[in-house]
Amino acid sequence: MIDRFYRSLYRIRRVEEEIARIYPSDKIKSPVHLSIGQEAIAVGVCEALRPDDVVFGTYRSHAYYLAKGGDLKAMLGELYGKATGCAGGRGGSMHLIDVAHGVMGATGVVGTTIPHAVGYAYAMRYQAKDSVVVSFFGDGAVDEGVFHESLNFAALKRLPLVFICENNFYAIHTHRSARQAFPSIHKLAEGYGIPSECIEQCDPVCVYDRVRPAVDRLRSGGPGPYFFECLTYRWKEHVGPNDDFKLGYRTPAEAEPWKQGDALGRLAGMLPDHERRRIEAEVETEIAAAVEKAEQAPFPEPNQIMQHVFKES
Amino acid sequence: MERIRSYVDAVVEASDQELQRDPSVILFGLDVDDPKAIVGTTRGLAVKYGPARVFGTPLSEDAMTGAAIGMALAGLRPIHVHIRMDFLMLAMNQLVNIAAKSSYMYGGQVHLPLVVRAIVGRSWGQGAHHSQALHSFFMHVPGLKVAAPTTPHDAKGCLIAAVRDDNPVIFMEHRLLYFERGHVPEEPYTVLPGKARITAPGKDITVVGISHMQVECLRAAQHLAEVGVSAEVIDPIWLQPLDMDTIFASAARTRRMLVVDNAWTQCGASAEIVSRVAETLGGEVRVRRLGFAPVTCPTTPPLEEQFYPNHQTIAKAANDLVCGSPQGWCPTVPHDFEAAEAEFKGPF
Repeated sequence: MIDRFYRSLYRIRRVEEEIARIYPSDKIKSPVHLSIGQEAIAVGVCEALRPDDVVFGTYRSHAYYLAKGGDLKAMLGELYGKATGCAGGRGGSMHLIDVAHGVMGATGVVGTTIPHAVGYAYAMRYQAKDSVVVSFFGDGAVDEGVFHESLNFAALKRLPLVFICENNFYAIHTHRSARQAFPSIHKLAEGYGIPSECIEQCDPVCVYDRVRPAVDRLRSGGPGPYFFECLTYRWKEHVGPNDDFKLGYRTPAEAEPWKQGDALGRLAGMLPDHERRRIEAEVETEIAAAVEKAEQAPFPEPNQIMQHVFKES
Repeated sequence: MERIRSYVDAVVEASDQELQRDPSVILFGLDVDDPKAIVGTTRGLAVKYGPARVFGTPLSEDAMTGAAIGMALAGLRPIHVHIRMDFLMLAMNQLVNIAAKSSYMYGGQVHLPLVVRAIVGRSWGQGAHHSQALHSFFMHVPGLKVAAPTTPHDAKGCLIAAVRDDNPVIFMEHRLLYFERGHVPEEPYTVLPGKARITAPGKDITVVGISHMQVECLRAAQHLAEVGVSAEVIDPIWLQPLDMDTIFASAARTRRMLVVDNAWTQCGASAEIVSRVAETLGGEVRVRRLGFAPVTCPTTPPLEEQFYPNHQTIAKAANDLVCGSPQGWCPTVPHDFEAAEAEFKGPF
């Protein structure tokens, strides 16, 4: 099991680092909100899911997209704006999608996909399917009104849905203490009658161990939703490939414990050396091939600009 | 053999027949299952189809629109009902940023078969927040279809077409159109997007009447006939996609066009129609728009009356346009025009 967690975590980290490396060349014509430092949450949650389960998320989309099984070539194609992109080059990093793998979208407006997850979960109960729905969002989304409306309706209808709040303490550059009167996000969620807990260690095994039982209970028809507040830290700037400690709103000292506790290093140490190196080599080969494919792929034809406004009958 | 039904009956029948035909159709919104049943337009549906398919919601227009989108992504075909179009303001992020855009921004990977029913209020002091017709907001954003049927026949056909459409449709009804009665075939049928209807043939002026103003335009045409002006009245029925070919053909013949919208004129549907005629037919057509007074809708009757175009002001404007200059003529009001609205005692 550790090998699966490590592969997923290493793969996402290396994809994000490659994106950061390529970014100054301007070949990636999309704002990128990197998941570096936070990947463990998506990895732990998605390991608890089946292929027919679905996830919804936000503009910081790369980790849950890849952890859920989203196509890497299509993701990089999308970031390069190529016709091979998962959205045909029309959405970019903030609108990744992979319906075949249950990655149901991302948004540039905070909180927007939370009610989509609620509606999808309603449909699962209505259609008597045992698929589970996960809604990923950050602590910033908890400020939005639609978050509260969504929790209320999900609780009212007892929907098969898991809310995952990745609390990295900041909405762009503003700490939650300047935005939220309530001291605790998961206790706020409890107020809606939703079983809620806080996972303090940003580690895929911890997250998996806490989320998997909730997913199993939902799948066997038990009432939902469940709410997990997962503490984490964003290493890079809000958007873009660089560090931003020089802006002064947060300090390297604040980041240091999170970097020291990085699950990637911890899991690496738990694997036999030869196995770890094998996994890493396979991942590096896969990423290099995906980057090469994105570089070589064609852009969409200019005369295709009018396509897909509507689905024609 | 004519089968006369009201606009309300037509909306219920369309909803019922689609719910019956397709188990993926569901219907929800504030109070759709309460005793008043959204002015009767959802009557009997909750009992017949059960609370999983027809249900009332919390006062959460933003999240419930998002939930409708999520249901559509999962293969359901939701009809989301609002008793006033004004309340769509609470749902704009979902409608404009997601419903309109998902097909395009996801490169055709998803489509959202969603219908949003909304009623435009009027009279007995509906006022600022119960009277707005905001169809131009939705016409403006690529990716939404907009329907504004004015007859019971078209109400049923457009709603069935909207439910069967794989794209999001804003379905605009008008409170005073609920009194309209007309032939409604019993079997299901569609009135598809993109085709307008000439409701009164004429040769002197083209008059386009949108939503409830279609009724006022047909009344105005009667006034105009009495002074020898032959008005060709057009009902666009669907506003997006909009059948401009029918309007171009008429305006090219008559050389005068008056567009009467149940909305403000500035940046509205009437501005769009006039612009397209100007671009396509150039200076050949004299154009004018009528709509709401450029103010917030007042509640006191003497001001509320002035807020709206009516069959007299429409006839006067049309006559002035035909003559090429303001005339003194404004028609007087025959009593039987007001009979239908005498049923309306308010508050709803």
